Amino acid sequence: MAEMLSITGLETFYGKIQALRGVDLHINKGEIVTLIGANGAGKSTLLMSICGRVQARSGAIVLEGLDITKAPTHEIIQMGVSQSPEGRRIFPRMTVLENLQLGATTNQMAYFEEDVAKVFDLFPRLNERKNQRGGTLSGGEQQMLAIGRALMSRPKLLLMDEPSLGIAPILVRQIFQAIGRISKEEHVTIFLVEQNAFHALKLADRGYVMVNGAVSMTGTGAELLARPEVRAAYLEGGAH
Amino acid sequence: MSVLNSEKLPPILKDSVITGLITLVLAVPIVGLPTINATEGLQIEPRWSVVIWMVSAVFLGRLVLNFWWHREQTSSSSTILLNTPFLQSLQQLLKFIIPIGVLFALILPTMPFASRYVMDVAILVITYIMLGWGLNIVVGLAGLLDLGYVAFYAIGAYSYALLANYFDWSFWICLPLAGVFAAISGILLGFPVLRLRGDYLAIVTLGFGEIIRVILLNWYEFTGGPDGISGIPRPSFFGLEFKRSSEGTFSSFFGLDYSSMHRIIFLYYLILALALLTNFITLRLRKLPVGRAWEALREDEIACRSLGINPTNTKLTAFAIGATFGGLAGSFFATRQGFISPESFTFIESAVILAIVVLGGMGSQIGVVLASVVLIGGTELFRELEEYRMLAFGALMVGIMVWKPRGLLAHREPTIRIKTEGSS
Repeated sequence: MAEMLSITGLETFYGKIQALRGVDLHINKGEIVTLIGANGAGKSTLLMSICGRVQARSGAIVLEGLDITKAPTHEIIQMGVSQSPEGRRIFPRMTVLENLQLGATTNQMAYFEEDVAKVFDLFPRLNERKNQRGGTLSGGEQQMLAIGRALMSRPKLLLMDEPSLGIAPILVRQIFQAIGRISKEEHVTIFLVEQNAFHALKLADRGYVMVNGAVSMTGTGAELLARPEVRAAYLEGGAH
Repeated sequence: MSVLNSEKLPPILKDSVITGLITLVLAVPIVGLPTINATEGLQIEPRWSVVIWMVSAVFLGRLVLNFWWHREQTSSSSTILLNTPFLQSLQQLLKFIIPIGVLFALILPTMPFASRYVMDVAILVITYIMLGWGLNIVVGLAGLLDLGYVAFYAIGAYSYALLANYFDWSFWICLPLAGVFAAISGILLGFPVLRLRGDYLAIVTLGFGEIIRVILLNWYEFTGGPDGISGIPRPSFFGLEFKRSSEGTFSSFFGLDYSSMHRIIFLYYLILALALLTNFITLRLRKLPVGRAWEALREDEIACRSLGINPTNTKLTAFAIGATFGGLAGSFFATRQGFISPESFTFIESAVILAIVVLGGMGSQIGVVLASVVLIGGTELFRELEEYRMLAFGALMVGIMVWKPRGLLAHREPTIRIKTEGSS
């Protein structure tokens, strides 16, 4: 299988504090890969390093054969990477449609109508709220909007940072279903960073477990779900 | 007042007495002890009656306000309910007000009350509307707090004055050049402040405004320093001058009797056209990718980056386009006044323009118009108050900030709308 993204020996620092200690990870085309780990394990730092929001000190990030380790964020996005960021970060004073418009920045809104229809098909709730301001949506709806906005650029690789964070359990299920559909219908490769290990591992083809800034375990979603140490650390008492 | 129970009375009285005491402390040195020039030198002539009047006025005013606030608390729920339909009807009203306003502006010079004074005030107000619209791009849309906007106004004014002085170029050639110079200086300012936001950005832009003024003041050989530049040529109407002469002038060409009002009316239409152009371009830009990027940048810079928007280009275009309009307005200012000096481009100008944008409601085009009319036209109305004029200006600002903290018109019109089919 062809590789979409490969990361080798990645080390990222915040000042003197080392957040990533040599991360090795790869994502094949068409896969859903999930990264689970506790708070402060370095999951978000890894995503930010991929997007160029923090510069890695050493190691390489290669997107379809191109080294993007040192590229600025907007160029990486223009190469077909898209992100639904942690905390959703939708534009609160703009309407749902305007938020989606901004998602289509990199393709100059060439397929705007078509893509909006797709997003509304995926999240019918957004259709009901399309002229409403982003800030007036509920947390779950904002998350749908963040995912929809990320899809508007027709990405090859979609990075998702904790889409289930702070969302009602019923909406969490809807959002994970939608992620599954995005992968199947749009053939988008998905890299999903989650604390909700159960849902994430059930959905994913493969998973990585991150501890203290390094990958400690890897395997298929089902394998990891069955591992006793994963169950003990991330599932027991935490499963929804 | 029935809701006011006896429990609330002591704190109300206490608050009012404290306010009165503060006034007393402030009023004794500021108002109570004025100096007068007597024959034997500077003397102090106390006026205690004024102090007593002031203190009692503040005390009673505070008392009334306190009663008002306590009454308000019980009925606040009903006012909130009243608010939304009121706002909606205001939106409806605005749809009619805009064309009527533009029409009124177009026919203003033909009105019977359009005296020289009225036209001068109108030109002044529209100049500030244009400046407000220009700054609105930077502050209102892109969310970059610029305290040195007057620098671009100055650059526009000086580039026309100097080009006309040294090369004898016509206003119509210099006008776009002034815009270009201002845009370049906007980009020059933009580069060092790319990484700054909020307070830090405000400080640097404030410094930029001062730097330009200080350069104009001290480069005596080139700009005339504090003497300024006088005898700046007036604009011509397609080559026809506004002069009392028989050949090749505006009045002789159209067979009219010479009147000094012709030029005033021409200047009025000139600034009106420039202002409307500013508004038209801004409204168009808001619907283009660059305008959307400005607004997105104001909302959330990190989200912007993660959507592939280049924040550097976005900020620089906002600075450059905002500056261009400031430069065009400056050039107009120079040709209208015929005389400019660094005195006209002090920080207070930046502050007034920023006040217009903020009080109008950040990003609201019609809000800028309202705020300019209220602030600039209003202070003209208060001209009779003489030294109390600035007091009225300040009171007006405080009033708007108390009752309309997000500006006169805080509503933001979406740039895209799809009708909801059937449901809702």
